[in-house]
Amino acid sequence: MALSFPIYMDNHATTRVDPRVVEAMLPYFTENYGNAASRNHKFGWVAEEAVDYAREQVQKLLGARNEKEIVFTSGATESDNLAIKGVARMYQDRGNHIITVKTEHKAVLDTCKRLEREGFEVTYLPVDSKGQISPDDVKSAITDKTILVSVMLCNNEIGTVQPLAEIGKITRERGVLLHTDAVQGVGRVPFHVDTMNVDLASISAHKIYGPKGVGALYVRRNKPRVRLKAEMDGGGHEAGMRSGTLNVPGIVGFGKACEILSKEMEADIAHVKGLRERLRAKLFGALEMIHLNGADDPWRHPGNLNVSFSFVEGESMMMGIKDVCVSSGSACTSASLEPSYVLRALGVDPELAHSSIRFGLGRFNTAEEVDHVAEIVIREVRRLREMSPLYDFHKEGIDYKTIQWVAH
Amino acid sequence: MAYSEKLIDHYEQPRNVGTLDKDDPNVGSGLVGAPACGDVMRLQIKVNPETQIIEDAKFKTFGCGSAIASSSLATEWVKGKTVDEAMSLKNTDIVEELNLPPVKIHCSVLAEDAVKSAIADFRKKQAATRGETQDKSVEQPHAHD
Repeated sequence: MALSFPIYMDNHATTRVDPRVVEAMLPYFTENYGNAASRNHKFGWVAEEAVDYAREQVQKLLGARNEKEIVFTSGATESDNLAIKGVARMYQDRGNHIITVKTEHKAVLDTCKRLEREGFEVTYLPVDSKGQISPDDVKSAITDKTILVSVMLCNNEIGTVQPLAEIGKITRERGVLLHTDAVQGVGRVPFHVDTMNVDLASISAHKIYGPKGVGALYVRRNKPRVRLKAEMDGGGHEAGMRSGTLNVPGIVGFGKACEILSKEMEADIAHVKGLRERLRAKLFGALEMIHLNGADDPWRHPGNLNVSFSFVEGESMMMGIKDVCVSSGSACTSASLEPSYVLRALGVDPELAHSSIRFGLGRFNTAEEVDHVAEIVIREVRRLREMSPLYDFHKEGIDYKTIQWVAH
Repeated sequence: MAYSEKLIDHYEQPRNVGTLDKDDPNVGSGLVGAPACGDVMRLQIKVNPETQIIEDAKFKTFGCGSAIASSSLATEWVKGKTVDEAMSLKNTDIVEELNLPPVKIHCSVLAEDAVKSAIADFRKKQAATRGETQDKSVEQPHAHD
């Protein structure tokens, strides 16, 4: 098959909607456009039935016991906000302490920071050089004021998987609620809310080949029954936890995406892992001084390859490989002028953080694409190294860390 | 972020990539930036001591596309100019020529610093070869913001 450009390898940012998902959604824009909250006519019933069916599809993917435990939202950012603020405000009489991790998504970190300004106390656990937290750290951070632990399943930048099952044992034993941002991990690594003792889980449709603008929060209803203070006031939809007319076509697509993932998970994982290994073997085989950021299997997202190419800055790499869509942890790709906080939390040297590229492989990538991408990445790294003074130092055997640099 | 055609041209076909002999008394070398900040520029000039004209300029840059383009443009501009003329190079000229977005202005500042640092190095060497008596007459590089 002929390659089409640009090649998309940024599947942690978002994914292409699976054609089967689009097909499932279409009738809910045209014929079945009812409001799922309309109780008195056919249009409403059809919409409600479709939403309930989707709820079951999502429930099955998460391993939840009851479809009522699924609350539809606008996406994982909203789910994270609802979970953390909702728990904090509901249980503030019981305690004011929350535990999370330095490498969490901003939807979790910034929510926690807001709560700190409101008087909550938050512990941000450190990670090791692979990006993992230690369950012992969770155990020792829990106090009698702790009401919630929030640990992501799988990191969006470096693909590191957290030992959630072990953490779930601890939180259950100590009677503390456990929330996980499972956006990147669900369907890619083992995840089951019941066996892992997860009480709240955020997921998003567009990361699993569904549409943008729809997500869900799993809220455990039994042992323990988790209660949340709603963020929005309104019609009391979603058992009062999330008011607002349901995005029926989006929810239908989300459900379909979950169903496909449930059925095809094994093949999907094998496919992306095969491509990732193919890419990794080619890059590491051809280039010296390249570094894998994050953990290795089984603690790595199967489609994530985050690597730093020493002596080459990430944004210039991305300009060089302009026919390939990837991401970088370089400051130059953001407005902040700081390299990735995730890589810095791992203790990665700032210059290597500036040199990082994240390849996110997905369901629709092919081996031909990987071969082509590897070829142009290798060519560009070589070209950019030839114009890098740091590479000259390396070849001359000078450790540039010993040079007195003047920060500007 | 959409970059200007000129910037992309300098990034894709950078002018004057390379290295000059740093031990040559007529070569001035400037090394500015820091790896931890994500950009390092080395810019070198070769000056005709009789005419004070910059006859060659080379650079190597670790940095984003704007940093590479800024240093490429700087070498192109200083070539053929006298050292004094090159001292008047302003980062704002680079910003204008490459149409750098606001977050990339520091790249042009770094390129200006690299040129001035190379000139300062050249003048220091010249002063050293002329001996101590003439040393005082050598103009020192101006501080700049």
